Amino acid sequence: MEYVNPEGLRLDGRRPMEMRQLRAEIGVVSRADGSASFEMGNTKVIAAVYGPREVQNRSQQMNDQALVRCEYSMANFSTGDRRRKTKGDRRSTEISLVIRQTMEACILTHLMPRSQIDIYVQVLQADGGTRSACINAATLALADAGIPMRDLVTSCSAGYLNSTPLLDLNYLEDSAGGADVTVGILPKLDKVTLLQMDAKLPMDIFENVMQLAVEGCKAVESHIREILLENAQTLVIRQGYGS
Amino acid sequence: MRGIQLSFSNTQKLRLEKALAQLESLSSKLNSNATVIVADKIPVDEDAALKGHGTLEMGNDVVASVCGVVERVNKLVYVRPLRARYKPEIGDIIVGRVIEVAPKRWRLEINFSQDAVLMLSSMNLPDGIQRRRTAVDELNMRSIFVENDVICAEVRGFQHDGSLHLQARSQKYGKLERGKLLKIPPYLVKRRKQHFHHLDQYGVDLIFGCNGLIWVGEHVDVKDAMVEDQVNKSDPQNTHSSSLPGSSEEPTDTPLERRQYICRIANAITVFSALGFMVNLDSVMETVTLSLSLNLGVHEMLEAEFHVRVAEQEAEQRSTSKRRK
Repeated sequence: MEYVNPEGLRLDGRRPMEMRQLRAEIGVVSRADGSASFEMGNTKVIAAVYGPREVQNRSQQMNDQALVRCEYSMANFSTGDRRRKTKGDRRSTEISLVIRQTMEACILTHLMPRSQIDIYVQVLQADGGTRSACINAATLALADAGIPMRDLVTSCSAGYLNSTPLLDLNYLEDSAGGADVTVGILPKLDKVTLLQMDAKLPMDIFENVMQLAVEGCKAVESHIREILLENAQTLVIRQGYGS
Repeated sequence: MRGIQLSFSNTQKLRLEKALAQLESLSSKLNSNATVIVADKIPVDEDAALKGHGTLEMGNDVVASVCGVVERVNKLVYVRPLRARYKPEIGDIIVGRVIEVAPKRWRLEINFSQDAVLMLSSMNLPDGIQRRRTAVDELNMRSIFVENDVICAEVRGFQHDGSLHLQARSQKYGKLERGKLLKIPPYLVKRRKQHFHHLDQYGVDLIFGCNGLIWVGEHVDVKDAMVEDQVNKSDPQNTHSSSLPGSSEEPTDTPLERRQYICRIANAITVFSALGFMVNLDSVMETVTLSLSLNLGVHEMLEAEFHVRVAEQEAEQRSTSKRRK
């Protein structure tokens, strides 16, 4: 199948290096300490953060740092065919773990000893790149909850189809069988916290694809920062400082 | 907008936007520079600056680790987070809920990152006598507080093991009954000299817990030498009658009118916190007066129109106070 046509356009009309439209909103769950929804094109996820709060399972309590937990789930209506998904299947456990580890790397857990932070992410619409969208949503939710972090983690995926590196794969491209590289970075520190690839790629091509994904992460970062700053400013105004 | 799930009509939407825009224009432009988000660089003069909460050293730079406002006190630079859980300070007055009765202590949920501990030994016994707590006292702990009771107490401090301890060594602390507990974001409650308020004209007690839990309840007379109470002076017979606030000797019925006032005040606070404005006594009382002058029913206060009214009032309030400066 042709994923990039001779004019250089992809199936959904994007250029190979073009991202889908990003949309983010903060404070979507009123009961949570922090929450956000994040959209990349047709992929839409929602994240809620609870905590730091008392550890539920005493035996897991750590006296020098916070416990970070993460739960990933997909809504039944998120995919094309409506399917009842079991809660603890392999795929969602794996993604939960990935998100947990990525977020744990940036949270300053030692500042909140003897407590736990719960991150719940749910996919409302799945169109490829749910992993990245979940991480981006979780970052926003954590920042909204006022949890101290080293940096904002952002994530983006890139792939390689029809001998072209493609940024931010959608579902069709994702299921094409080519390589799918998901990268998560700490933009200010310039460090990689997540790198996953589920196919083989030659070394030189991989470097190009990864570079593309890193650039995607940086684009996501600038968008996220804008949203966060805007949100922070409204809060300042509402609380009435400086007036 | 956070917390507001109302359907505004078009005019209401416009009016709300106008009021909020007015607020925006009031806040000084200088302050907008001080707003930082995670990993933003904070300009500091030299290496001599002390790095406080919410900051992080990254290479040679000082960066923020939370979203908030940069504050500078002499050499100290810190970031005051905009939205965070409650962070206790010694002497804070808090409202909490008992979740467990453990040996010699109660565990309280206070909206902090861990549960607070109220030791039996750090509270006044109902009989008011200072003595060692015996095993009998320990067995009778449930007669003082049981699970799910709402309690008001003061932060005593952190123990060596990092747990948070509370104390309730005055009669003004203790169980709260016959009222309504409100949970608002803790950053909307400022620390002040006075957190207990007795609203004489409504016969209502109002406690602003620093942890964002607010108690609106029927007024109970405090029998304590430490607290000045004008009501007590008028009828001295009553002062010796009961020991703990809200103990069994009191009349068992709250008049309907007073209940309505409790709900009215509670709704005023709900509206205020939903709009994201700082909650304090004056603003709450003004909101209550506004609702009374508009002849609104208690339930009508939670409707869109009243939210808009409150926002407009707040905008006006701030602009006049600014002009006075």
